[in-house]
Amino acid sequence: MPGWRNSCESWGWLAILLHWVTAVILIGLYFLGLYMVDLSYYDSWYHRAPFWHRSLGLAVGLLIVFRLVWRVVDGRPKVLDRHQPWEQSIAKFVHALLYLFSLVICISGYLISTADGTAVSFFDLFDIPSVIEGVDNLEDRAGEVHAWLADALMVLVALHALAALKHHYIDRDNTLRKMLGVP
Amino acid sequence: MKNVLRNTVFLTLLLSFNVNAADYVIDTEGVHASIKFKIQHLGYSWLYGRFNRFSGTFSYDEKAPEASKISVTIDTASVDSNHGERDKHLRSDDFLDVKVFPEARFVSTRVEVTPDGRARVYGNLSLKNVTKELVLEVEKVGMGPDPWGGFRVGFEGSTSFRLKDFNIMKELGPLSQEVELILSIEGIRQ
Repeated sequence: MPGWRNSCESWGWLAILLHWVTAVILIGLYFLGLYMVDLSYYDSWYHRAPFWHRSLGLAVGLLIVFRLVWRVVDGRPKVLDRHQPWEQSIAKFVHALLYLFSLVICISGYLISTADGTAVSFFDLFDIPSVIEGVDNLEDRAGEVHAWLADALMVLVALHALAALKHHYIDRDNTLRKMLGVP
Repeated sequence: MKNVLRNTVFLTLLLSFNVNAADYVIDTEGVHASIKFKIQHLGYSWLYGRFNRFSGTFSYDEKAPEASKISVTIDTASVDSNHGERDKHLRSDDFLDVKVFPEARFVSTRVEVTPDGRARVYGNLSLKNVTKELVLEVEKVGMGPDPWGGFRVGFEGSTSFRLKDFNIMKELGPLSQEVELILSIEGIRQ
């Protein structure tokens, strides 16, 4: 049973929680995004779905920044020696892209909503103001980045999950179990 | 001699006629022109938007207004309803599909002057992949020299059409089927 902080052998509860919460939110946001853009104008979710999409998107952006900070502060478990160098470099690369794409998706989403100078609401608790304004067709350019990277992120998520399953079922090591908090 | 004189008079008349039927460029540079649209929201209010980039020319003869001609080209991506998320949606394939159809164009075919001094400008609007005849109800606002050595004339006109007639299929509700297009233009004589 791991403690709340990371150790050499395993992830702590906080890192595990952050991983799965961001995973659920990011995947949920992807499908919420696909769903909301096809709602009819008279659907009762026409305004509610984008509201939750924006709020959750901002929240997950903050969570990811916190994760990155925590990753530096808390250190990470040792990489298993039996993992091949090519496995380690691919893993590193995919992890970096997962973080990068997630953050760029959050920022571009924020830019879609604030391109016209209006603030964006965070769960109706407070407003996050616009910082970039007056760039021609910014909402469209940000929208393209947002949509393309969201698709790309889901491909990376699938790769990431397949790699975890490969370690679990084929290599029979504890890579996946470490992230589930089980010995 | 008599013939020469008659020809000269005729030529002078012809020339003066040509001077009267002057060509004008719509003053988009000084932005004394705008293209707006309005559509009902839910049937409860009017929503206004505009196209920020367009260009056009017209010819106009005060003495023979029915000979006037106008053509206007609109940059569809410049649609602006003062709401970034909505503008993004308007530019998408739910509405204007500006990537595929970056331009809309109105070219007049004939002009009818009504007894009250207004004009009905018939022409073809090309929007998305549809070209359809519309009638602009036009009123002249004013005409004369400007303070900087030029000469200007201005008009305002409007027309209505069903969104679905131009392949804009997004369903906005039963009272939002039609959009009104309003052109306010000032031309500078060339």
